Formats: sequence, C-alpha cells, structure tokens
Amino acid sequence: MLTLKCPFTGAMLDETELHCGGEAHRKRFGPGSSDEDFETYMFVRENRKGVHFELWLHAYGIGKWFIAARDTETLEVYGTYPAQTTEPPQDIKDAITAKRPGWSWREFE
Amino acid sequence: MSTRLAKQGRLIDRSKKVTFTFNGNSMQGYEGDTLASALLANDQMMVGRSFKYHRPRGVVASGAEEPNALVGLGQGNRFEPNQRATTTELFNGLTAVSQNHWPNLEYDIGAVNTALARFLPAGFYYKTFIHPKPFWKHVYEPFIRQSAGLGKAPDKDSRDADTYEHFYAFTDVLVIGGGVAGLQAAKTAAGSGAKVLLIEQTAHWGGRAPVDGGDVDGMPVDKFVEQLVSELETMGNVTMRNRCMGAGVYDHGYVLGYERLSDHAPGTQGPRHRLWRIRAKQVVTATGAIERPLSFAGNDVPGVMLASAMRDYVVNWGVTPGERVIVATNNDDAYRTGIILKQAGVDVLRVVDARPTAGPLAEEARALGIRVDPGKAIAKVKGGKRVKKVAICNQEGIGGAREEVECDAVAMSGGWSPVVHLWSHCGGKLIWDEAQAHFRPDPSRPPLGANGEGFVLAAGSSNGPLALPEVLTNADAAGKAAAKAAGFKPKSTKAPKGESMSEAAMEPVWLMPANAEIGLRMKSWLDFQNDVKVSDVQLAAREGYESVEHTKRYTTLGMATDQGKLSNINGLAILADALDAEIPKVGTTTFRPPYTPISMGAIGGEARGEVFQPIRRTPMHDWHDKNGADWEPVGHWRRTYAYVRPGESVHDAVNREVKNTRENLGLLDASTLGKLIVKGPDAGKFLDMMYTNMMSTLKVGKCRYGLMCSENGFLIDDGVVARIDEDTWLCHTTTGGAERIHAHMEEWLQTEWWDWKVYVANVTEQYAQVAVVGPNARKVLEKLGGMDVSKDALPFMEWRDGKIGDFDCRAYRISFSGELSFEIAVPASQGQAFWNDLMEAGKEFGVMPYGTECLHILRAEKGFIMIGDETDGTVIPQDLGLHWALSKKKEDYLGKRAHSRTHMADPDRWKLVGLETVDGSVIPDGAYAVGSGVNANGQRNMIGRVTSTYYSANLDRGIAMGLIKHGPDRMGEIVEFPGTDGKTYKAKIVDPIFYDKDGEKQNV
Repeated sequence: MLTLKCPFTGAMLDETELHCGGEAHRKRFGPGSSDEDFETYMFVRENRKGVHFELWLHAYGIGKWFIAARDTETLEVYGTYPAQTTEPPQDIKDAITAKRPGWSWREFE
Repeated sequence: MSTRLAKQGRLIDRSKKVTFTFNGNSMQGYEGDTLASALLANDQMMVGRSFKYHRPRGVVASGAEEPNALVGLGQGNRFEPNQRATTTELFNGLTAVSQNHWPNLEYDIGAVNTALARFLPAGFYYKTFIHPKPFWKHVYEPFIRQSAGLGKAPDKDSRDADTYEHFYAFTDVLVIGGGVAGLQAAKTAAGSGAKVLLIEQTAHWGGRAPVDGGDVDGMPVDKFVEQLVSELETMGNVTMRNRCMGAGVYDHGYVLGYERLSDHAPGTQGPRHRLWRIRAKQVVTATGAIERPLSFAGNDVPGVMLASAMRDYVVNWGVTPGERVIVATNNDDAYRTGIILKQAGVDVLRVVDARPTAGPLAEEARALGIRVDPGKAIAKVKGGKRVKKVAICNQEGIGGAREEVECDAVAMSGGWSPVVHLWSHCGGKLIWDEAQAHFRPDPSRPPLGANGEGFVLAAGSSNGPLALPEVLTNADAAGKAAAKAAGFKPKSTKAPKGESMSEAAMEPVWLMPANAEIGLRMKSWLDFQNDVKVSDVQLAAREGYESVEHTKRYTTLGMATDQGKLSNINGLAILADALDAEIPKVGTTTFRPPYTPISMGAIGGEARGEVFQPIRRTPMHDWHDKNGADWEPVGHWRRTYAYVRPGESVHDAVNREVKNTRENLGLLDASTLGKLIVKGPDAGKFLDMMYTNMMSTLKVGKCRYGLMCSENGFLIDDGVVARIDEDTWLCHTTTGGAERIHAHMEEWLQTEWWDWKVYVANVTEQYAQVAVVGPNARKVLEKLGGMDVSKDALPFMEWRDGKIGDFDCRAYRISFSGELSFEIAVPASQGQAFWNDLMEAGKEFGVMPYGTECLHILRAEKGFIMIGDETDGTVIPQDLGLHWALSKKKEDYLGKRAHSRTHMADPDRWKLVGLETVDGSVIPDGAYAVGSGVNANGQRNMIGRVTSTYYSANLDRGIAMGLIKHGPDRMGEIVEFPGTDGKTYKAKIVDPIFYDKDGEKQNV
C-alpha cells in the first residue's frame, strides 16, 4: 500500500486510488521494426530489485498518468514526475544518485 | 483438578454470574472471564483434540498465542469455527462446542491415529499417497478431504447475521499494544503534540505488568497503569481503542487494525467488527513477548501450561489450573508463577530448573517453602486427558534415573520471545540475542517508508528487554523517537523509574532432557495444533531439509491457525541443532499478516449484498423491470435478456422476440453501448492509430464499423464510429468496453503521443439510445414525424441530427441485426418518454421490445462477431475473416506490427466458420471440435471450438460459429463436437452468414 505524490497536484495519493501501468520509459517499435526490437518493446522488462521506474495512473482521481522513480527493495520513493517525458528529470536522477551511487537502469544512470 | 479460587481475580466481578454452555453442558462463570478461564474454573481441562493424531488438548496459554483451545462459537447464522477460547470474552448465553473429534470429545475414533503415530511421521502424506497413481483420485484424496480442516465450516446456506464496517484513520504516531510499554510510548509521543492512536487487542490496559508486578515511581505497577490510562484519556490528541488488534503493517505506514466491537456483547447495535485502515507517519510496536513452551515428552497433555498463563489465570480470573503443580523452567521468571500459586494456597510441589543455579526469585520461592531442584528436567508427563504424574530426571543425559511425582498441572517456561510479527511484516529485520536466546528487532534495519527512513519502532519487551525498568526506559525512548520522526519536538521528560526483582540469566533449553532418547522425542511436541514433534523436525533434517521454509512446509510446523506463535523458535532451534548450524544462520520463517486471523466480514466491510458492486441502470430500467425483464449482468450494467410475458418461458420469449423483430418491429435499449467523443485537430490521426481501419477519411455525416487491436495484435473492441464534424468523432464501444477503451485511449495520449492535440470524453451515460429494428422501423419513425428518414435522406451507414416526434435526437442508420435499423440517441433524461412514444406509435406495426439474447441470435444469424464470444484475448482480426477492416494504406496502427509476427501469420491458426448441426440440434456452448489421433496426454486432438451457439427460431435449427483449423478451406466437411452430456454433435462447416447473405433486408 504505497503512497505516491501526484506531480500535477502535489496531493499524496494512496495506492487504492492508483493503477500501476508497469514499466515506464518504454520505447515504442512499430511496423518495420526488427523482431528483436519489437520483442524488447512488448515483452522484455527490467523487473529490477532496487531502482525502478513505473507508470502510475491516478485512476480514482484526476485521471493523469505519471511516473514514479522508486526502490522496489526498500520501498523508498525517489520522486514522481509527469509521464510526458522520455527520460527522468535531472533532479530525480540526482535524488537516486544520492541514495544509490552508481545506479543504472536501462540507458539511464 | 482446575478450579476457581476463593479469592483473587482482578478482572472478574464475582457479583455477576454468567451462564454459558460447552458441548451442550451448562456452566457458570463471572463477568470478566474469558471462555478459557471459565472452562478451567469448571474443571474442563480438555477442550479439544489435535489435528493429526486427535490427541486430547487443554488450554496452554492465556492470550492470542493459544494453539489448542479452539472452539466453534455461536449458532445458526452466527456460528464461527476455530475461535480461541483465550481471547473470547464470556457473556450470558454463550454456546461453544469443541472441535476435531467424532463422535465426541471424550471418545474419539480418530484418536487411533495417535497409536499409529510411529507410521505417520513428517512428510507422511508426500511419501505415502504417491503410488499407485489412480489411488490418489479415488482413495487418498477423498480420505484426506474427509479428515482435513480443524473446525466445522458454517452451513452453506447460512448468512452472516452481523454487519461490519471499514474505518479510515490518519495519525502521526500509531502505538500498537496497550501494555505498560505502549501506554508509556503513547504518553511520551503525545507529549510532543503529535496525534497519537493507541490500540490494544484485549479489553484491558496494562498488559502483563499488573500480573508480573513491580513498582514504578514508587507505586505498584497496576496503580501506575491506572494513572497512565486516565492521563491519556484526558489528552485531546490521543485516541485509545481496546479490543482492537494491530493486524498487519504494510508499505509506507499503512496498518490494519481489527476492532471487535460486540463479540463480548452480542446484540449491541452497530457493526460487530471494524477494520481500521490506518495511515501512520510512525508506528510503535509495543506488542510484548510470548513465553515459549519447553520440549519434553507429554508437554501436550491437558494441564501442562505456560507458566505465565498459569499465573494469569490465578491473578486475573481467580482460577488455578491445578491443585498440585510442578513448575519447569530455564529462567527466573517462572518462579513468579510458583510464588503466586503458593500465595494463592495452591500446592507447588517443586520447581524443576534446568540450570545449575537460579537468582533471587528462587530464594523467595524457597523462603515460601517451595522445593527447588536445580539441574533437573521433566523426562515425561504421564496422563491422557489430564496430567497424572511427572517423571523427573537430570537435564543432562538421555532421561534415565527418573523420579515420579504425582501432580495435576505443570507450568513450563522456556524463556520469552518478543512479538516481532508487526515489526517484520513490512521488511523489518531481526537479530539473534544470545543472552536471552531470542530474535528481536534490529533497530538498524527497520521497515522503510516513502522517504527511505524507518517508520516502525519497537518498544518494551517486543524490542527485547523483559524487566520492568528497561521496558519503561525503552518505551519512553521509542515514544520520543517516533514523535521526532513524525515531525514533532518531544518534551525532555524523564522516563518513569521502574523497579523489579533482578533476575539471573536464562539458559537456552531446546530439549528436556538435553539428549532425550527417541521415545521421549517422539512425544515432545513443538506445534500443538498441527502435531509436529521434535522427532519430526529431526527427521526432516536427516532427509535433507536445510531451509527453515522447506522444513516448515514438510513438517507443517507453524502452519496452523496460530502461525507458530509458540512453536517456531523451538522448532528452529531443534532444526539448527540437527543441522549443526547456529540459530541465526538457519533464520526464521516469514511473518505474514494478519497477526491472528481476522473475520472475512471485517475484510468485506459494508461491501456485501447490494452495495458489493453498484449496478448501472439505463434510463428505461424501471420500464423493463415492469415489463417482464429477465435480467442479465453485462459489465456493471443490467440489461434485459428477454421480456418474459405471463405464461411464457424465457426460451419462448426469446423465440417470439427473434421472429417479431425480423417480421415486424423490435425495440432494443442500446443505451449501454459506450459512446466516446474524440475531438481535436489531431483526432483523425489518433483514431487511425486506435482502429485497424481508416477513420480520418470518414466523411462528416457518415458511419464506419471499426476494429480495435491491442499493441500485441489481439482484438479488444469493435463498434461504429461516426464523424460528427471536422475535428470530432463519436466512437461506439461494446457495453463492457466504454471505460476500458476510454482508459486505453487516454493512456496512449498521455504516455506516447502527448504532443497530439486530442481530447477524449466518455459520454455514454449522457444519452439514451434505442435501436428501432425490423421491416416496420421506418414506418414507426415516420408516424412520429420529424426528420426525413427515407432511404435517400438517411442512407445506410449515415447519421443525422434532428427531431423525431417531440425529441431532439441523433439518428444513426446502422444495423447489428441485418434488418432495416435505426439507432436513435436522445438525451438520457428523455429516454423513457421517447421509448414510451415508440411503444405507443409502434402498436399498429407489431412493436415488441427485445432483449440481449434476441440481439445475439439476430447477429449470429448474420455472422456478425461479438467481442467476448468470438474473441477471448487470443484472437486476431484475420482469424475472424475481417481482413477487409485492416487498412493497407496506413503505415501504422496499434497491432499492425504484431500481426506480422510468425505465429500471427501462421496458416494453421483456427479460423471463423459457420457450423450447422446435421440433425438441427444446438451444439453445447464452449464445445471443442476433435480431430483424429491423440495428444501426449492421451486426449483426442482438438481442431477447434464453438464460439457462439444458438437456436434460431427464424431458421428453426441450431446455428453456431466457431474457430476451426483450416476452417474456411473445409466448407461442407463434417466435424465432431463431443459434449459433456456424453453425446457427440456433428456439424457441417458452412459460411457464417446464415440469413440474408446479400444484405438486402438492411438496405431498404
């Protein structure tokens, strides 16, 4: 039963109001892409113990998607930010580095 | 015998007698008794039988940890199995029955298992029931099912007569446990101004302290507790709830509390249980400690009890479990039991202390005339349904040279284990405390909150310290730390000063005597409820079980309803010894919520019956209800399956509707169909991605049937899309799909194409929509007057805004039945009036309302697919012959890339065909088509399955659609569908369009 801060309104949201949309920052591969790229896009997930980026929807609320950078092992939340971005904002990356120096997650570090 | 003492009993009111029954026998207790104390007062030593061997079992504890005294409580709609007698407060009229025996408690057939114990060791089931293979299904499984389960399940027709509720609470500091530590921690935390919630599982504050004694700040500890409670009660920022257990600690300070409001006073108004859903910034677990049993032969005989429980019964309820008692211990604390018993006038024969020397409490005991035997152990307890005598031997050795002493009760103490459950639920780690031989919370590794800091603090004896002075200073510090972590400034007050008798160190004793021979070990119980003995754990270790988690599952140690509260540490120590490993290396099993079982009613709360799930109703719902609607749930909606007239069966009604709609005029309430407005400069581009066919080129005023696939290529929805104006489309979805497809669109707009200028709004409930269907459809609309609905003015697959009769409406000329058909949307508030006018005007045209089953049959006659029938999440448009709806012009749409994967393009995929039974019968729903040969499991090879199957009144025969391997290439072939009724249905593969193949009827 996590609590996550809504990056749009600043409200603290209870997990019961939220819907998890799985791993964030997936890059879409459409027609013409290789089987390998499409497979990675559709099915291959980091599923990491530790630093992780997840999509969350404020389903029983404002209906907005956002991304949570959190630690699946310690349950610490490093920050949340709107889903309308292709990479984590610098302040979120800094917050992770402060706690987990040398972290990396897919192409981010 | 166990009996009520003339004096003592701080919790009972001797002026108020309470009558109850146990196994039908009327008994008496006092107000303030628990069922356990009252049973003991009535000399009911034996209260149940164990799970596996059906051994006689008595009360062993006095609280939540009790493994034996489980009873069936209440009657009829209020019957509940497996209720702990030790936590059941007595009330007038209570009825309890003992469990796990047949024909009765005293004489039980299943007890033969105990004689067979030698042949029923750990893992017995796994070893025995494997061969011969067919025996599992016909002999072993029925036998095990017959004997499985401890209590009796409530009657399947009974319904819980009580109500339950959920309660949401937010607090700065939550203190779990209202003993001295919890009270002190709450007071200290509240002193900072923090909002404090204090919950206690029993009906009383103070925990064990008033029984165990000692002084605080110069006053007896029970007076100190009274003072603390009254202070806390006056503090505005403190909320206190007793009979409220901390059930589980979860992520980020979420805690479940389980409040039992009226279990002790049935008939009280209001809910019986309340589930507290708490968010706390900081949680203090002041959950105390639980005494461990000692492992000696016969430690499960009724009359053998935890030493602490025995003095609880004396001090709290004025009951002594025996008249001639022997105390067995490895620590000083148990001497308190001997002293209290002696002072109450009970004969304490001796204290058998496994240690060579004891502390000052032993001196006090001796001074009272109690014989103390250092270095001694209990070799064996003798007696069946109650303790008769005890054989005493040296602790060192195998248990020879015994001296027998007659007695009727044994108090045992193997030391204390902190209740670390709530600390551990959300990831708090433990350390092994060598001196006290127990696991306690590791303060450096607490469960972490959202900010990465710990949010649970353990206080008092649940944190390790057992003596009153340390318990108080520890709790005071925890209260301050919690307040500070919650953002408050604690006052710099001094912790209250506790005084209690100093104690000599305990010595771990995991087996009594230390090298007990096998005959004794086979009678030394670890888990009383599940019948796991020392010898079982040792056997598991010999058979190669090294992990404590595996050993637990193999032996069932700690898997009973008490979750090993008494047995786990002892079992762990035996396992570690057998593996020659250190205890902390072996580790503990996982602590999982809830701490003790909580009622299903509390979990469900108010969500039962009508409020379990809200029902969605269309504007014409009440009319349908008054006109014979046989209801069908579709998503959260209720739709009319058929309108049944007096004297008709549902089947008759469906057939009548099916014929009338084709021959005259039918009305369908289509309001439940999803209606999504998609609007914006990029709406066309967006819909081209959402649908497999092209939507951006649709002309204003026109409609197009569209398919939606997931990115993985599978069909997820279908419906008619209408273009409303240059940048607005209205997308119809399936009844169950509106919210799902709306969310699907939003997800893509927000997470992938967030720079596209598109809005999506779900307007499903804004409109009432009526399908006017049949050869007379145009006539009835023309009679009502208004917009021109002629073939030229409103052609097939177009829509117009206008007026029909008195109603502003939007008329779509679309058809899901193959008939001349208009779907007319009016504002929801006008739906019923519009429906009434159609029914009235339609009389001369033979109007009848029709339901969803008729809708299904009409569409099946036309070979139209239904999402959820022809699709199941594994079906792609190509399987259904819908290639025409897959745009070849578009570079991209959701699912396009997936359709080019090899499995999707596989020619062996099952494909949609029509199925016509040879004899006209109806193929059973869900039947599979079988081909030649068998698979690896000896089952016949499957070559397809039925997706829709109906009796068509229009064709007077069974019709079906199905997915068949190479189906479209096998027209005319006969395939076989074995039914579960033993019959085999033969059907010819045909075109899925059974009726009006050229579509002439809808184009008039």
